[in-house]
Amino acid sequence: MSVVTVQLGQCGNQIGFEVFDALYTDSHCPQGLCSKRENEAYQASCKERFFSEEENGVPIARAILVDMEPKVTSQTLSKAAQSGRWKYGQHSCFCQKQGSGNNWAYGYSVDGPRHEESIMNLIQKEVEKCDSLSGFFIIMSMAGGTGSGLGAFVTQNLQDQYSNSLKMNHIIWPYRTGEVIVQNYNSILTLSHLYRSSDALLVHENDALHKICAKLMNIKQISFSDINQVLAHQLGSVFQPTYSVEGSCHYRRNPLGGFKDQALYTSWLKPINAFNVWKTQRAFRKYEKSAALVSNSQFLLKPLDTIVGKAWNMFAS
Amino acid sequence: MTQSVVVQVGQCGNQIGCCFWDLALREHAAVNQKGIYDEALSSFFRNVDTRVVGDGGSISKGKICTLKARAVLIDMEEGVVNEILQGPLRDVFDSKQLITDISGSGNNWAVGHKVFGNLYQEQILEKLRKSAEHCDCLQCFFIIHSMGGGTGSGLGTFLLKMLKDEFPEVYRFVTSVYPSGEDDVITSPYNSILAMKELNEHADCVLPIDNQSLFDIISKIDLMVNSGKLGTTIKPKSLVTSSAGAVKKRHQKPFDAMNNIVANLLLNLTSSARFEGSLNMDLNEISMNLVPFPQLHYLVSSLTPLYTLADVNIPTRRLDQMFSDAFSKDHQLIRADPKHSLYLACALMVRGNVQVSDLRRNIERLKPSLQFVSWNQEGWKTSLCSVPPVGHSHSLLALANNTCVKPTFMELRERFMRLYKKKAHLHHYLQIEGMEESCFMEALSSLSGLIEEYNQLDATKSMPVEDFPRLSVAM
Repeated sequence: MSVVTVQLGQCGNQIGFEVFDALYTDSHCPQGLCSKRENEAYQASCKERFFSEEENGVPIARAILVDMEPKVTSQTLSKAAQSGRWKYGQHSCFCQKQGSGNNWAYGYSVDGPRHEESIMNLIQKEVEKCDSLSGFFIIMSMAGGTGSGLGAFVTQNLQDQYSNSLKMNHIIWPYRTGEVIVQNYNSILTLSHLYRSSDALLVHENDALHKICAKLMNIKQISFSDINQVLAHQLGSVFQPTYSVEGSCHYRRNPLGGFKDQALYTSWLKPINAFNVWKTQRAFRKYEKSAALVSNSQFLLKPLDTIVGKAWNMFAS
Repeated sequence: MTQSVVVQVGQCGNQIGCCFWDLALREHAAVNQKGIYDEALSSFFRNVDTRVVGDGGSISKGKICTLKARAVLIDMEEGVVNEILQGPLRDVFDSKQLITDISGSGNNWAVGHKVFGNLYQEQILEKLRKSAEHCDCLQCFFIIHSMGGGTGSGLGTFLLKMLKDEFPEVYRFVTSVYPSGEDDVITSPYNSILAMKELNEHADCVLPIDNQSLFDIISKIDLMVNSGKLGTTIKPKSLVTSSAGAVKKRHQKPFDAMNNIVANLLLNLTSSARFEGSLNMDLNEISMNLVPFPQLHYLVSSLTPLYTLADVNIPTRRLDQMFSDAFSKDHQLIRADPKHSLYLACALMVRGNVQVSDLRRNIERLKPSLQFVSWNQEGWKTSLCSVPPVGHSHSLLALANNTCVKPTFMELRERFMRLYKKKAHLHHYLQIEGMEESCFMEALSSLSGLIEEYNQLDATKSMPVEDFPRLSVAM
C-alpha cells in the first residue's frame, strides 16, 4: 500500500525532500543488522510505500510539490535529481509566480479555489499510480501563507474526494519568538479548519527541533536544513516498515494503518490498552537500537493556548 | 517569479536610480556565472535582442543578449537624464522609457504635480503600461524621489495616484528622500508636506531616507577607515558606499557614496525575492507583516555592515555586532532612535552565511531592550537569503515600523508652519491653476492626523498589557 505525499509551501517542500531522502537512504542501507532475507523483505516492503519505479531504475517519490512561487520547488526538484539516487516526477510540480504573502486568506480563499482543479488532478494522477492507496501525508507549516491556507483547503478537498483514505497532516509549529508577525492568525485559522477535515495531525515544533540540534547534537550554527534532517530522521523511523501480526519477515502492508487504531485517540482507555508497540528487527539507518515515540497527549495544550492568546490579543486590541 | 518596475523621478530619484542599476548589474554578474538569463535577472531586467526593430525583441530564456532595465525615467529638466544616457549605463535604458522636459519644476510642488502632471499624464501612463506589458507577473512599482524639490516631489506623487488607479493589484513602494534641517531649498517644507499627503493616501509602503543620516554614516566610515581603527581586516572601499572598481572611472561625485547606500537598501530589500534561501520573504510579505494599519506604512531602515571585512570566517561576536548595529541610531537611514521608541513590527532580512540559530540567538538577546506594542509583543518577521551582497560574506537589513518617525514628521511640520504663518513664498504655488490655500490646509491636517496616530500609540507604551477576555482552552 502506498502513501501519497503533498508538500506545500517553502517549509513543506524543504522538509519533504529531507523525508524522502531519509527514507531512501535507510531502505537502501546495505547493513540492516539483520539477516539478508529480513533485509530484503524490509526493502521490498518499503520501496512500494513511498516510491514508484521508473524504467531506468531511479525511484520516483510519490509526491506532489505545490508552491505559489517557483524558487523553492525548482530548487527541491533539482536537488533530488542531482543526488542521482531518487527523484521527483517530472510533472509532479505545481507552482505559480507570485507567493501567498504570508496571507492565510490568500492561500485558502484565492489560490485554493483558483487552482483546485489543477492540484487535485495532479494528486489524482499520483493516486492512480498506486496499486492501493494507504492515505495522504500532507506536509505544511502553520505560520506562512501557502502551507497554511492552501494546505487547509487541499485537506478539505481530500476529505471530500477521498473520504476513505487516511489524511495525515504534518504541521510545523513556528518558533515562539516569531518568524512571521501574523503567524498566530495563520496558525489558528489553519488548526480550526484542519480540526474538521484531517484524520491525524503530526506536530513538530521548530523550538523543540532547534533545542535538539543545539543541546543533543551540539551543532554550533544550526541551519534549517539541520532542523529538517532531524525531523526527517524522526519521521523516517515512524514510517518505515514494522512487523505485522505474523511476525518476523512479515511486514505490515499499510504504512499509515497504525494511525487508524482507535487506541491512539481515546483518552478514556487505561494506559495498558492505549499503548501499542510496532517492532522490527531491521535497524533504522544503521542505529543498532532506536525507538520513536508517537504520542497523543496534552503537551500541545499550553503552546496552543499561547498562540490563541497572542492571536486574540492582536485581534481584539 | 515576479517582476518589479522602478520609476525614478526628478534629479535625486534619477541619481539614486542610476546607482541602483549599476549595483544591480554588478550583483547579478557576480551571481550569474553562466550568462544565462534566469528568473532572478528577470525581476529587474528584460533580455532584448537589439537587432530586432520595434517591440518584438524580448527574449525570455537562454543566453543574455542585451539587458534592459525595467525602469521609467522621468525628469522635467534634461541634465541628469542626459548624463545617464551618455554614461556607461546608456545601453541599459531604452530611449522609449524616458520622459523629459526642459524647464524643470523650479522647486515647486505645484508645478510638478499640477502643471507637469496634467501635461504628461498620457505619456507617463503609456510608458508605465508598456513596461507592465513586458512583465510576466508584475508585483511591485518602486518609486524613487525626493520630497523637497519640485519634480520628484510633485510629479513623483502625482504618479502614485495614477498607479493606484491603473494598477490596483501592484504594490507601490516609495523610497523618499526627506529634506534635512539644513536643506538649501527654502520651499522644501511646503513641497514635503504637500507630497506627504499623497504618500499617506496612495503609497503601500514608504522608506523615508534623510540626507543628513546618510552623510553621517559616510563620514563615520571614512573616519574609521582613515584612523586605522579597524585594522587590516577592513577593506577601505566597500561596495556599500562606493562604486570602486566599477564602470565609472571618473571622479566620484559627492552624492555617490550616499546614493549607493540607498541603492543597496533596495537591492537587499528584494534579495530574498530574487535569490534562493532557507526562509524566503517576498515583497508582498513586507506589507502584510509590517503594516498593521493602512496609514502607518512608514518603515525605518538600517543596513549593516557598511564596510567590508576581508576575513571571510567571521567569528560569532562580529556577527552579533552586526545585529546590534542594526538597532543603533547611528545606522538608521533616517534621524531616528528606534530603540527608545515603540515598535509596531520589525523585519530582519539576512543575507549570506547566517543561519537560523544566529537569528534566534540575536533576537533573544536584543528583545529585552526593545519596546513592542502591546498587541504584538513578539513581532518579528525574519528571512534568510543564501546569496550575500557583492564584496560581503553576509549582511543585514532591518526594517522597523516604529514611532520614531514621529519626530521627523513633527520637525517637518514646524518648518512648514514657520513659512506658512508668514505666507512666505506662497504666491508661487497659488498662481498655479488648481492650487488653493485649502490644498495646504488639507495636507497639513493629513500630516497632523498621522502624527496623532503615532502619539496615541506612544501613549500605550508604558501601559500594562491588557488581557482581553476570551474563551480559555481547558487545561
